[in-house]
Amino acid sequence: MADTLLKLEDVTVQFGGVLAVDNFSMEVNEGEIVALIGPNGAGKTTAFNCITGIYEPTNGQISFNGQVIASNYPQGKMKKMYASQNMGKYTKVVKHTPDIITRMGIARTFQNIRLWNSMTVFDNVLTAKHMRAKHNVFSATFRISHVEEKRMREETLNLLEEQNLVQYKDDLATSLPYGLQRRLEIARALATEPRLLLLDEPAAGMNPQETQELADFIVQIKEKYDLTVFLIEHHMDLVMKISERIYVLDFGRLIATGTPAEIQRNQRVIDAYLGVAEDA
Amino acid sequence: MIKNKKNTILGFCALAALFLVLFVLEKLLPTGSMLFVVLKKGAIYALVAASMNLLNGFTGLFSLGQAGFMLIGAYCYAIFTIPVQHRDAVYQYFDGGLIQFTVPVVVALIMAGLAAAIFAALIGLPVLRLKSDYLAIATLGFAEIIRAIFQWDALGPLTNASNVLRRYPLFSSTLFPFIVAGICIAIIVLLINSSYGRAFKAIRDDEVAAEAMGINLFKHKQMAFVISSFFAGVGGALLAMYQTTIQANAFKSAMTYEILLIVVIGGIGSISGSCIASFLFIACSEWWLRFLDAETYIGAFKVPLLRSGFRKVVFSIVIMAVVLFYSKGLMGDKEISFQGISGFIKDPFGLVSRRKKKTEGVHIDG
Repeated sequence: MADTLLKLEDVTVQFGGVLAVDNFSMEVNEGEIVALIGPNGAGKTTAFNCITGIYEPTNGQISFNGQVIASNYPQGKMKKMYASQNMGKYTKVVKHTPDIITRMGIARTFQNIRLWNSMTVFDNVLTAKHMRAKHNVFSATFRISHVEEKRMREETLNLLEEQNLVQYKDDLATSLPYGLQRRLEIARALATEPRLLLLDEPAAGMNPQETQELADFIVQIKEKYDLTVFLIEHHMDLVMKISERIYVLDFGRLIATGTPAEIQRNQRVIDAYLGVAEDA
Repeated sequence: MIKNKKNTILGFCALAALFLVLFVLEKLLPTGSMLFVVLKKGAIYALVAASMNLLNGFTGLFSLGQAGFMLIGAYCYAIFTIPVQHRDAVYQYFDGGLIQFTVPVVVALIMAGLAAAIFAALIGLPVLRLKSDYLAIATLGFAEIIRAIFQWDALGPLTNASNVLRRYPLFSSTLFPFIVAGICIAIIVLLINSSYGRAFKAIRDDEVAAEAMGINLFKHKQMAFVISSFFAGVGGALLAMYQTTIQANAFKSAMTYEILLIVVIGGIGSISGSCIASFLFIACSEWWLRFLDAETYIGAFKVPLLRSGFRKVVFSIVIMAVVLFYSKGLMGDKEISFQGISGFIKDPFGLVSRRKKKTEGVHIDG
């Protein structure tokens, strides 16, 4: 059994009276491809945003690589409003901004592509290398760290070559076709040298051909960069094909977990997706 | 890479030629010529506009505090350079003032920048958490508060309250503001083209993505704010030297709007645009459009409309035309380059290439 890389314990996110994520616990082991699925509005992206520090959980704890990266318990007004379980189990508050989380080794892509539109393909990837570069504003401005800059440029070029994006390197990011923009976003995430890659609906808006290519691509980068992948996806053929384990959320609650084959047979999952007949 | 090197060499040659021309002009023309007024003030405004562009155009922080930081720079320069023997005369109501020493001009210029930068770092802590319009309002408010504080009687021994500061060293040659502004703008350009400049642009394009890619938003915003203020402070010191006397009341928000106008006309996100627009703006407001303010007679015929204040009307119309027809400013977000210039000379306004496209289109259709 490989080591646990990402661990969510009793994570609850409550917005006002709405439970977006309800007492959700899960694990991602090192080297796995794990998928998170569920109907629209099930709280998948909210869970992602908690992991990457955009939201903070209302209750619960998230740890990465053995280190607690987020922990919270209901306080103030939320004390009265809190509608989920495990109140009082956590007494620590840990929060980090998204850039710290990324520095720890979690990179992500977005459901609606968020590339830097005024920059070229090359600069998009190069800018993501900024975080890991050994320089300060003085040495960068006066070109004292030009060796570092040269290294960043070479690595960027290599990365683009590996992702088959090198022929577009001087084009504006927005001028790329949709599928390639998705791939560029993944390349940009890889430039931050992550251990865990979070993909938020990477196949959204892709045709079956592109989805197929994406599936191969994800497996390929996982092997190449020694990654762990955790993805949200609606395309079931993609999820079933590449993921080793699947978690299913519905209305913020975990309703099933298991291998693709188990999930396909699970009655609760089928009900969640297709709805249950009233008189059955 | 070779092309880059060639461009750098060409750039240095162009700069050297510019300084040579300035040097020769100074020898040939009378010192009172309007040309020098425009060149001096233009260079100073170009520096301040470039510093504002670093913040508004490259980092996407809409700040309107530029006049406040210029004021701090100007006062810092003046306070530390007025010769000791003149202090009794300048600070006549405050027993010769508090500070009884002077520092060299270059040191004072750097101190002016540092003073503005320190203030920026302090107000950046609360203010930079705000976004867009709110940030603009907060920084504008800060600039007004600074202006009021510098006129406060209790600070008189330092700032001479609402009296003017004068008799500090000035520059005699046009070359001086050109060299100082040139060095500062060069540093700004180097910063923008460095890894940090790319991080600033990433924040401008998409904050959420920038943060998710490991760019610390607050640190980088604070950095852009402090560096921009540093150069605004140096610009303020140069302006003090140009004006020969300074008084806090002159650094009104109207000054910030003038600079904002230069940035918008030149192109938000283009340093060379800011420089060109700065000289054009100063030339128009100080020189070329002055005749509109004077009543003119041709023989017995009085030219209609020309009277005091008409210049501003024409100026406003020109600005409206620029904003309507060149909504991205003169340069957009492009920088001036030799390829660009040679392209413009061969094909001004893109007429040839447009025609070419048309004929190509016909070919495909036929």
